[in-house]
Amino acid sequence: MSAHTIDTAPNAAYVNDQAAHWIQRRDFWSWGEAEQASLDAWLAESLANRIAFFRLDAAWSRTERLAALRSGLRRAAIAQDGIAKATIVKTAAAIVVVGAMMLSGFAYFSRPLATIYTTAIGEHKTIALSDGSRIELNTNTELSVGADSNRRVATLIRGEAYFQIRHDARHTFEVIAGDHRVTDIGTKFLVRSDRGTLEVALFEGRAQFDAPDGRVQSPILLMPGDRLVVADNLIRTTAATPEILANELGWRRGMLIFENAPLSAVAEEFNRYNRHKVVVADDDVANVRITASFRTSGTEDFKQLAQAMLGLRVSQVNGDMVISR
Amino acid sequence: MIETPDTGREGAELHPPGASVSAAEVMAWFVREVLPLEVILTHFLRQNRKNKSDVEDLRQEVYLRVCEAANKGIPENTKPFVFTTARNLLIDRVRKEQIVPIEVVSDLDEMKITNDTIGPERTAIARDELRRLQAAIDSLPPRCREVVILGRVEGLTGQEIAARLGVTHQTVSEHLANGIKALAETLHGEQLTLRRKM
Repeated sequence: MSAHTIDTAPNAAYVNDQAAHWIQRRDFWSWGEAEQASLDAWLAESLANRIAFFRLDAAWSRTERLAALRSGLRRAAIAQDGIAKATIVKTAAAIVVVGAMMLSGFAYFSRPLATIYTTAIGEHKTIALSDGSRIELNTNTELSVGADSNRRVATLIRGEAYFQIRHDARHTFEVIAGDHRVTDIGTKFLVRSDRGTLEVALFEGRAQFDAPDGRVQSPILLMPGDRLVVADNLIRTTAATPEILANELGWRRGMLIFENAPLSAVAEEFNRYNRHKVVVADDDVANVRITASFRTSGTEDFKQLAQAMLGLRVSQVNGDMVISR
Repeated sequence: MIETPDTGREGAELHPPGASVSAAEVMAWFVREVLPLEVILTHFLRQNRKNKSDVEDLRQEVYLRVCEAANKGIPENTKPFVFTTARNLLIDRVRKEQIVPIEVVSDLDEMKITNDTIGPERTAIARDELRRLQAAIDSLPPRCREVVILGRVEGLTGQEIAARLGVTHQTVSEHLANGIKALAETLHGEQLTLRRKM
């Protein structure tokens, strides 16, 4: 085996500068196959080049979130007036108790012919519909999409999906989740169905929420920033800040974002995305709260943090990660 | 598991001589497991080095050594591996320089502590990702920041930025490259920061 010495490492600042120039060329100037080929050649040249490039690119790709932040802020400024008004109305009618009638919503629908889309654990998929609408599926999700002459219907069988719907007054877009229905009125919204709890968050436009079987007596109009949660036959709507809503969409960029969240909730989120589970062993550990962001696959980062910063013990049991005092 | 940038693909297929792990796997491991340690590693190197100006070179050499080793097999435990490599490198340096600064030797004895503790200034910083990014952008020099915001947030091309600001393409390129470097320094430096709330 040939001995490989690295005594004469190239000047770090120089390589770093070259890598930064490659990234800005790729992202901001005309870029074709020839340019890609030169970059590939440069990367293949040395390990030092690859290290510098991937190190910079890992940080730089995180700044993609800034574009989302900025447009979110701009939207918020425009929508502020609307949100303020909506909040007052919503607080007045914050809790709507639904008359319980445990009937399945499916029976109430003659469902149009549908295509089924699924994602595996940890997978993320975007569906582009022919009408220009886009649906993004988060981890472990099953969704069917169909259309007939006067409506488009998506049924969330399980999991979570983000809808960006091209509005069409003659073909309403409906999302069915369990017994409930969200009808788009020109909208971007998130629907998540998880162990009996349904959550709808509205980012843009308007949407209407009801139950096909009439259990929700008067349909609820959702405004941007509204978050609606249905659990145990109780519907609650609250107004969320654009920042909190943006955090909820972290998964679209492969990120999990926690603000003052108990470790039990952090573990639960990781477990949606990974086959090897994070287990929080005892209650007082479960209640430790953190504010942090991770990649959805970042259980190793989480482990580092639990050990180094929270002083917790992490052990591997049958591939699962057990966190304890 | 990890998203490897498309651009690495070509180089990714290549196996360096004597290597049993693909270059792509090594880079994925590097981004996933080594980069998050950068904050502690930099802190460690800085603490153990009188000449602060060569910390960047030292860090690069640590990265090179661990990735070279990973070509032959991804290490089981990344963190101890990275820090043992860093310690050996520091000892090599001290030997080569033939002057043995007392401080370095004594600090090395305390390796165990520095290895596992993150400086208090780190633990105190509380940021969620967006605020962190915002702060990183804010810390750029004014002209550089303006160019990065136009490019990254407003989505302008290099050409459009140059026209908007009335500067040459080369100036735009320089600002963007400097911005990319500075953001990596800040963002990797804070990867593991959090606030503990009880």
